[in-house]
Amino acid sequence: MSTVLIIFCVLAAITLATAFLTIFSRNPIHSAIYLVICFFSIAGHYLLLNAQFLAIVHVIVYSGAIMILFLFTIMLMNLNEEREVHRPRITRVGAIVSFCLICLVLIAIFINSKPIVGEYVTTGEDYQSIKVLGKILLNEYMVPFEFVSILLLVAMIGTVLLSKKEKLQK
Amino acid sequence: MDSTIIIEKSVIIVAVFALTMLMAMYSTWAERKVAAWLQDRVGPNRAGPFGLFQPLADGLKLFSKEEFEPNTPNRFLFFVGPAIAMSTALMTSAVIPWGDRLHLFGRDILLQATDLNIGLLYFFGVVSVGVYGIMIGGWASNNKFSLIGAVRAASQMVSYEIAMGLSIIALLMMTGTLSLREISMQQAGMNWNIFYQPLSFIIFLICAFAEANRTPFDLAECETELIGGYHTEYSSMKMGFYLFAEYANMFISSTILAVLFFGGYNYPGMSWAVENWGVNIANVLGFGALFIKLCGFIFFFMWVRWTIPRFRYDQLMHLGWRILIPLAIVNIIITGTVILRADIAAYFGF
Repeated sequence: MSTVLIIFCVLAAITLATAFLTIFSRNPIHSAIYLVICFFSIAGHYLLLNAQFLAIVHVIVYSGAIMILFLFTIMLMNLNEEREVHRPRITRVGAIVSFCLICLVLIAIFINSKPIVGEYVTTGEDYQSIKVLGKILLNEYMVPFEFVSILLLVAMIGTVLLSKKEKLQK
Repeated sequence: MDSTIIIEKSVIIVAVFALTMLMAMYSTWAERKVAAWLQDRVGPNRAGPFGLFQPLADGLKLFSKEEFEPNTPNRFLFFVGPAIAMSTALMTSAVIPWGDRLHLFGRDILLQATDLNIGLLYFFGVVSVGVYGIMIGGWASNNKFSLIGAVRAASQMVSYEIAMGLSIIALLMMTGTLSLREISMQQAGMNWNIFYQPLSFIIFLICAFAEANRTPFDLAECETELIGGYHTEYSSMKMGFYLFAEYANMFISSTILAVLFFGGYNYPGMSWAVENWGVNIANVLGFGALFIKLCGFIFFFMWVRWTIPRFRYDQLMHLGWRILIPLAIVNIIITGTVILRADIAAYFGF
């Protein structure tokens, strides 16, 4: 076995184990910490694919920002096992349906992304560098890129509005 | 990979590690000396000449103290907290260019552990992970003061990270690269970025203070309200690790500030020195220049600590969100306009 394969197997084991532990651990803080470890191992997978930029951005955004805010909320909410929310059956159906949809999207991504990567492999250009990534995002994927930014902006404005509304009601 | 590269890199890594530890150790001594100087006292002067062995004595004291453990259900996380704080503090130094190159044993040796294409982002990534050390430690202590200290520290660091990132974007628009080595190289001569991006420098400096949890932003360990903040329950060397990590962070922040804005290892007349004195001497001098710059910043950190009182918490958040972030965005817009104007002028030939 090559070293890359060994590293991949270890990383994959860590990813899967921590992902399952996230779901199964009783303490919400422990789940959050397992999820952080899971994110780190996914960043490791990106590094194995030689995608340095993606790996670091993944660490900054998910481990460094989102999960810290998550931990924050959980610590302040003081969740106990007794106060666990009752889940109606319809949410389970919803979860299954959304999982299937995500699978569909992922398959579509895998099928479509291959030829684009192949093009860069044949021209020998370093498609992982930030310069090429930026050019691709603002040339080939201009419209989806702008849509994503609009989506993020809408979400941001929405949160601000919601928090303002609560303040006004008080 | 051939074995000489491995040996070369391991020597550099060990040297950088030793340098970080040594600087963190002697920062504690320097801090007490600077404090004493500012307050017209003598400072530590018993252990060795000028109290130079004081850090060793402190370390010995911390190691030999009783290790107290609070009654917590999360013993493992209680242990992990200081470990994360310490290891993230030591990891950042990997991407810092300490000098250009040395010519030894018939090969060029880059004075840098690794020249990442995305060095600056790596710095941000590691810094953002550093919050976990404080949060996990504070939560696992099972003490409300620790928890409040940890939550304060985390919210402060997350808030100031945004302003820090935005302040750097203006700089990146100018340099066009994220590699710290290339940024250093672009500043050859007196072409330092501080002259082009003073606003970006000021925002970055303030955020560096907040990221290192230093006064005036040390609300996380505000003694009058929170006893010791997130490390209230820690004792012995675990406590020592938290304090040590703070000093290591201060050292790294100073180095990053020197590299990004004050020319890194460049000094006036470096190219002349390379031509006349050879590569090796010129670059040892370059390392000396970087060292002097970063010592200046460390002194500045201490100077501010003993001069400016602590902010109130709402003032801290006000400064971060309502002043620094809009200022950073304005700086980006100004930089963009200037660059675009230069581009258009170059395109039409006037």
